Amino acid sequence: MAMRRFNKYLLYVVLTVIALFYLMPVYVVLVTSFKNDAEVSLSQMWWLPHLWSISAIGAAWHQLAPNFGNSFYLAISATILASAFGSVNGYALSKWKFKGANVVFFLILFGMFIPYQSVLIPLLRVLNTIGLYNTIPGLILIHTVYGIPICTLIFRNFYASIPHDIIESAQIDGTGYWGIFRFIILPLSISGFVVAGIWEFTQVWNNFLFAVAVTNPPNQPVTVALVNIAGSQTVPFNELMASALIASIPTLVVYILLGKYFVRGLLAGSVKG
Amino acid sequence: MSQTLDMPGRDPVLRRKRKKFSWDKTSAILTLVPSLILLGVFVYGFIGWTGWVSTTAWNSIIPDFASVGLRNFKIIFSTFRFQSDLRNMVVFTALFIALCLVIGIALALLIDQKIRAESLFRSLYLFPMAISSVATGVVWSWLLNPTTGVNLILKSLGLNHLPEWFLSTRILPGTPLGQIEIALPLALLAVLIAAVWQMSGFAMAVYLAGLRGIPEELKEAARIDGAGPWRTFWSVVLPQLKGTTTTIIIILTAASLKVFGLIYAMTGPGQDFVTDMPSMNMFDTTYQGNQFAEGAAIAIVMLILIAIFIIPYLISTLKQGEEA
Repeated sequence: MAMRRFNKYLLYVVLTVIALFYLMPVYVVLVTSFKNDAEVSLSQMWWLPHLWSISAIGAAWHQLAPNFGNSFYLAISATILASAFGSVNGYALSKWKFKGANVVFFLILFGMFIPYQSVLIPLLRVLNTIGLYNTIPGLILIHTVYGIPICTLIFRNFYASIPHDIIESAQIDGTGYWGIFRFIILPLSISGFVVAGIWEFTQVWNNFLFAVAVTNPPNQPVTVALVNIAGSQTVPFNELMASALIASIPTLVVYILLGKYFVRGLLAGSVKG
Repeated sequence: MSQTLDMPGRDPVLRRKRKKFSWDKTSAILTLVPSLILLGVFVYGFIGWTGWVSTTAWNSIIPDFASVGLRNFKIIFSTFRFQSDLRNMVVFTALFIALCLVIGIALALLIDQKIRAESLFRSLYLFPMAISSVATGVVWSWLLNPTTGVNLILKSLGLNHLPEWFLSTRILPGTPLGQIEIALPLALLAVLIAAVWQMSGFAMAVYLAGLRGIPEELKEAARIDGAGPWRTFWSVVLPQLKGTTTTIIIILTAASLKVFGLIYAMTGPGQDFVTDMPSMNMFDTTYQGNQFAEGAAIAIVMLILIAIFIIPYLISTLKQGEEA
């Protein structure tokens, strides 16, 4: 008994030490962000600030606010659109197993694994032609389309757990394809939308490749703005760390509040057929 | 379903049902059409387009679609930069996957001990996945800056030879092949630490789900047969996790071959391309160098490398899903 208690104690110690490693960057970001310019010295970077100051966070926010707005506009629009596509696709694929459904599903899914470099050159030319190059709507279009595969996958797996009997009895009552979707499937979809929405929001918010390829200032999302700040040699470290903090807050908040759903999206992303 | 189809069509209810059935399936197919058109253009059409560009002479700002066959591929494979990329990619991917698997299974086993704070620890190990690769790169490049960060701690512990992290240009142990040295560029280790920090939680979460799927009776039976915890792990648990491990390897390989934001924010190509990757090279070649055809060729190589892993995996998982 004493041995078991000791083992459990040891287990907690090990888990905590590992957790501290994972939290180390967060610690440095936080303590640096709250230092004022005078206190940021390289040799003291691990120390707590003597004087907690929000001047660096204020300065970073001043610079990032427009990009932050761009990212919100982009991520929320693309998330809504991609989830809507995913929901109707998932319904069609999971509840109406027509011939060739698996081939269609494969063709959709493959799109989420491609390196986006392999579509970048034509993509930019097309965006240019239709007047969406260097615009947030252009990025919304891109993320909606390339978000369809993962959202379809999430909803297909989610709807697979809804019993077929419900649908069959609705059919006998004379309810049609869209009626079943509207009155039976959609009301049961809330947590499916949460899972897909969180996953898609995080992916779009954090995306860098499309953002840096498609937009110039002032239309850049926050990830590109962060890299620009990091690249300019003149920005002090407290402001840089505050910028990284600001750029990470929305996805972190979502993760902290709805972590359970985040994990479900993550597991769905590993294609359990 | 086949039952209704076999029945004689006398009963009006059933006859109506049978007719509706096929109409509904048509609706299902029609539902998918918009997505298939979009993906048909944006995925397959654009890939085809890129493939075509890779065989043209378009290597300046003015498009030139004269066909040159595979010349661009010959050119990129002969460059010092792309050869370095391939070396970096292979070395990085191998280490990245090995570390994520080991850390992932270790964390999953530690957490899966019916402890009270389970969800807290799981969240702590997984949160880096919610953060962008560029924020990760910015923060870790400061932590691993040779004059500050982690080195300050190592120094206070009495270490004299402090690592140069991502600024290092050394390649160990260094076996020449072509123009490059086949071995581990030390600078990649810095990128590796940041990447493992970000993605090891993914392996943990998938392993944890896999562990939960192992029937308790199996472990019980092993215990009754007198197997200790180690023996149970090697002979019972690990074989049961084979499918899980494959999944993790495939997903992380795809992620690793595409790594871009992290490198871009952390080190860039690095001196002598010690931290360069095909993804960076493609971006620079195309948009800094305006060598569109060569950029397209690099992109196609990336796509083929990923497809080799992903296509068989997708086909086999979809087949499994069909049988289940």
